[in-house]
Amino acid sequence: MSDHTMKAFDTDLQDLGRMVAEMGGLAEKQVADSVDALSKRDTALAQRVAIADANIDNLQREIEEKAVNTIARRQPMAVDLREVVGALRLANDLERIGDLAKNIAKRVIALNGEFPPPKLIRGVEHMTDLVLEQLKTVLDAYGRRDISKAMAVWRGDEEIDAVCTSVFRELLTYMMEDPRNITFCIHLMFCAKNIERMGDHATNIAETVHFIIEGRPIADQRPKGDTTTIAALRVGDNR
Amino acid sequence: MSVANFTTPTVAHASTSTMGLSEKVSVSDLDFYYGDHRALKSVNMSLYQGRVTAMIGPSGCGKSTLLRVLNRMYDLYPNQRATGHVRLDNEDILSPSQDLNLLRAKVGMVFQKPTPFPMTIYENIAFGIRLYERLPKSELDDRVKHCLQRAALWDEVKDKLNANGLSLSGGQQQRLCIARTVAVRPEVILFDEPCSALDPISTAKIEELIDELKEDYTIAIVTHNMQQAARVSDFTAFMYLGELVEFGETTTIFTTPSDRRTQDYITGRFG
Repeated sequence: MSDHTMKAFDTDLQDLGRMVAEMGGLAEKQVADSVDALSKRDTALAQRVAIADANIDNLQREIEEKAVNTIARRQPMAVDLREVVGALRLANDLERIGDLAKNIAKRVIALNGEFPPPKLIRGVEHMTDLVLEQLKTVLDAYGRRDISKAMAVWRGDEEIDAVCTSVFRELLTYMMEDPRNITFCIHLMFCAKNIERMGDHATNIAETVHFIIEGRPIADQRPKGDTTTIAALRVGDNR
Repeated sequence: MSVANFTTPTVAHASTSTMGLSEKVSVSDLDFYYGDHRALKSVNMSLYQGRVTAMIGPSGCGKSTLLRVLNRMYDLYPNQRATGHVRLDNEDILSPSQDLNLLRAKVGMVFQKPTPFPMTIYENIAFGIRLYERLPKSELDDRVKHCLQRAALWDEVKDKLNANGLSLSGGQQQRLCIARTVAVRPEVILFDEPCSALDPISTAKIEELIDELKEDYTIAIVTHNMQQAARVSDFTAFMYLGELVEFGETTTIFTTPSDRRTQDYITGRFG
C-alpha cells in the first residue's frame, strides 16, 4: 500500500504493528516457558513466567494508548481504521494468552514437587507444540497481511481440540485408578484447557487479520472439534 | 473533439441499499464542458428524497460543477454547457424550456462564503418570499419567524430583525442564508462547502441543521472535509477527474470502499 501524504500517520501505524508483533513474541515465549516449567518441574522458571506477565499487560496498555491517540489525532478511515481497531483486538487476545500462560505457571508452583509422571505431561506438550505453531503462523500472517495463512490457522484449531479431548480422557482414567492422582490430574486438566483456550485466541487473531485485510468477517462456518469436557466427561461412559 | 475517445467510466456501486427510497434527482450520462474542457464525464447518479448525499474528491474533480448543474447555475456564464439528462421528479431540467427561476426556487443553494443581502435580517428572508408569493404582513412575519427557527437562528436574532444581515457573525450569516433558502420552500437544497469558512461550533450547528432539514428536503453537499461527509451524509459520491468513481452508502464508502482510488483518497494516500 502506498504511503500517506502525512508521513507521521505511517509512523503511527507502523509503531502499532511493531508493538503488536512484540507483544506476540512475548506471549509465545511465555507459553513455551510455562509448559517448559511444567515438563522440567522447574518452579523457579514458573515464578519468572508469572512475574513476566506484567510486561505483556504493560504492552497492551501502551497499544491501547497509541490506538486511542491515533484515532483522536488522525481520524483513520477504512483500512487504516481497521488496522487500529485490529491492533486493539489483537492486543486483547494476546493479553489473554499471557494470562493463561501465567495460570499454567501458577499451577506448576502450586504442584510444588508433586509432579505427575512425564508420560502424562506428553499430551499437554503435544498440544503446546500445536498451539505454538498456530500462534507463530497467525502472527506471521498478521505481519505479512497474509490472508491464506490466517485462514489456515482459523481452520487448524480442530486438531488442538481433538488432542485436548484425548488428554482429558487419559487423565480421567488416571484419576479413577488412584484417588492420589486427582490433585495433579486436575491441575493438568486445567493446563490442557488453558492451552486449548490459547488455540481459540489464535483463531480470534486469525479472524481479526482477515477483518483487517478484507473489511468483513469470515463468511464460512469454522470446523469445531471442541467437545473436551463434554465428550470426555459424559456421564455413563466411564462408570 | 471525437466522442469515440471518451471512455464510459465504470462506477463502483458498493452494496447500496436504496430500496424503498424515491429518486428525487436523477442524473444520467451527464457531460459538462467549460469551453472545450470536459469537466464531467458521463456521470450517472441519484439524489434520494429525504437523504443527504455528499460529494467528495480532490480539487478539480468536478463535484462543484456537478452541484452547479443541478440548479443550472452554469447558465449564468458563457461557454459552459451540459449534455445528458438531469431529471427532477422526472422532468428534465436541462431542457431549454425549463423555467430557470422556478427551478432555482425548487433547488436552493447555499455557498461556501456566507452571502447575505446587504439589507436587514428580516428583509433577507422576506425578499425571496415576495418574489414568489404575495402574503399579508402578519403571514409574512410568521413565515420569516418560521424560517429563522428552521435555521436555528431565531433565538439569536429575534430582538434585532431590523439589524443589517452583514452585522451577524460568519456562522450566523451562513444560517441566515440557509433560512433564506428555506423561505422559498425548495424541494432540494445544495450546499457548496457550507462550513469551510466557519469555526467548529458554527460548523456543528450547520451540520445539526442539515440533519434536521433532511426530513423535509433532499440535500446534496460538496465538502472537502471528509469527516464532515462521514458525519452528515447518508450516501457519498467520490469523484475524480470528472468521473464518478464510486457511489454508495456513506458507512460503506468510509469503511470498505470498493475502488482503490476511493480508498487512497479517504485514507489520505492520494497523490
